[in-house]
Amino acid sequence: MGSIKETLTTPIFKDNPIALQILGICSALAVTSSMQVTLVMCVALTTVVAFSNLGVSLIRKHIPGSIRIIVQMIIIASLVIVVDQVLKAYAYAISKQLSVFVGLIITNCIVMGRAEAFAMKNPPLPSFIDGVGNGLGYSVVLIAVAFFRELFGTGKLLGIDILPVVTEGGWYVPNGLLLLPPSAFFLIGGFIWVLRSFDKKQVEEPDFRIAKHTVAKEGV
Amino acid sequence: MSSNDGIKKTLFVAFALCIVCSVIVSTAAVVLKPAQEANQALDRKRNILAAAGMLDDSMSVEEQFAQMTTRVVDLRTGKFTDEVDPSSYNERKAAKDASLSEALSSEEDIAKIFRREHFAVVYLAEDAQGGVEKIILPIRGYGLWGTLFGYIALEGDASTVAGIGFYEHKETPGLGGEVDNPRWKALWSGKQVYEDGELELEVVKGTVDPSATGAQYQVDGLAGATLTTRGVSNLVQYWLGEGGFEPFLNNLKSGEA
Repeated sequence: MGSIKETLTTPIFKDNPIALQILGICSALAVTSSMQVTLVMCVALTTVVAFSNLGVSLIRKHIPGSIRIIVQMIIIASLVIVVDQVLKAYAYAISKQLSVFVGLIITNCIVMGRAEAFAMKNPPLPSFIDGVGNGLGYSVVLIAVAFFRELFGTGKLLGIDILPVVTEGGWYVPNGLLLLPPSAFFLIGGFIWVLRSFDKKQVEEPDFRIAKHTVAKEGV
Repeated sequence: MSSNDGIKKTLFVAFALCIVCSVIVSTAAVVLKPAQEANQALDRKRNILAAAGMLDDSMSVEEQFAQMTTRVVDLRTGKFTDEVDPSSYNERKAAKDASLSEALSSEEDIAKIFRREHFAVVYLAEDAQGGVEKIILPIRGYGLWGTLFGYIALEGDASTVAGIGFYEHKETPGLGGEVDNPRWKALWSGKQVYEDGELELEVVKGTVDPSATGAQYQVDGLAGATLTTRGVSNLVQYWLGEGGFEPFLNNLKSGEA
């Protein structure tokens, strides 16, 4: 059972899909300006990764190598459509805000990355758990980013006023930059920095080292 | 696992997987359809209320909507009619049906809707004395990427804009998609549609100089969305003009509707 637990928890901090594998950044920029939307996106993505891993793993021994990517795509795309339909039926307002991003889960690198790297080689249960773990790893980063963006960008969290903003008679001047997608880059960068200062193993070896200066006379 | 790579097995796996996945997807679509349609209907009602500036979060949308009067207008005569049932009438289907709509010539068709239906469902908010307080009219027209569907609300004088809102469009998020921006929508409130019976309301490029003459007939354009802006301007002019609701509004004012 130890390994199952590890499969679940490793992707959250030690092998985070966004912070270490640098996958799925695009949606992390797009949907993190409000916490509520972020939470729904996290649930949607975790569901899709977990079940696509499960599906791919169940038929992994029968997938012909020549069409394996297409097979994974079909499974992922079907799941994404189902998730999109469910959101439209039960969370209409949020599905309108998420608009294209639910559909874009299909192209989210995390989903295919895990299907190809893990589910193709492992039995169904560990694959499912790996999917949940990676979904949670993605969620941790997104929620952290959304927390800063919504709180300091609008002075609210989940739509509840935390910092009273100037326009409504408070004292807090919201930072408009945080509502724009580039701010998520800075926050994700900061997140990776903090993570790697605690866990030095994640720091990558530099590709090359700068050599010492040549001395002036050598050039003559 | 080389046996997996045979042509028979490849075709079989591809075919079987497609069947299974399509069954799952279509089941989901069929099972969830009623809930989705209910959501869309509710969203439309919310937009009608929001366009009129009457949306109150403390009450349910259905409750607020029940206070509105729903009427059908015959756009050919500009008068109320009972020929169609508003609850089952679908404007978009009617606009495609030759018996329920008429083709527009290219000079008439500034909103690029191609066919205009004979009947339109309008919503009236009435005050305690039974006078008309707000008139909410359906509008639609072509922007940059597709047709914008929305509502425009007029005050009881049938010439002052109370609000506008689009519940369905395909404009670029951040540029033309700013038609959903509450700050931009707020600019419409209080603008005048007609000057001595002439249609004057338009969306201009850039910002409106409030001190200039005619500023009360002009709304700021959206920056970076010239074609959407032009589309919105045209569709508002079409629906409030001769081919749209102008005859009805005149009848309503003179009490002959």
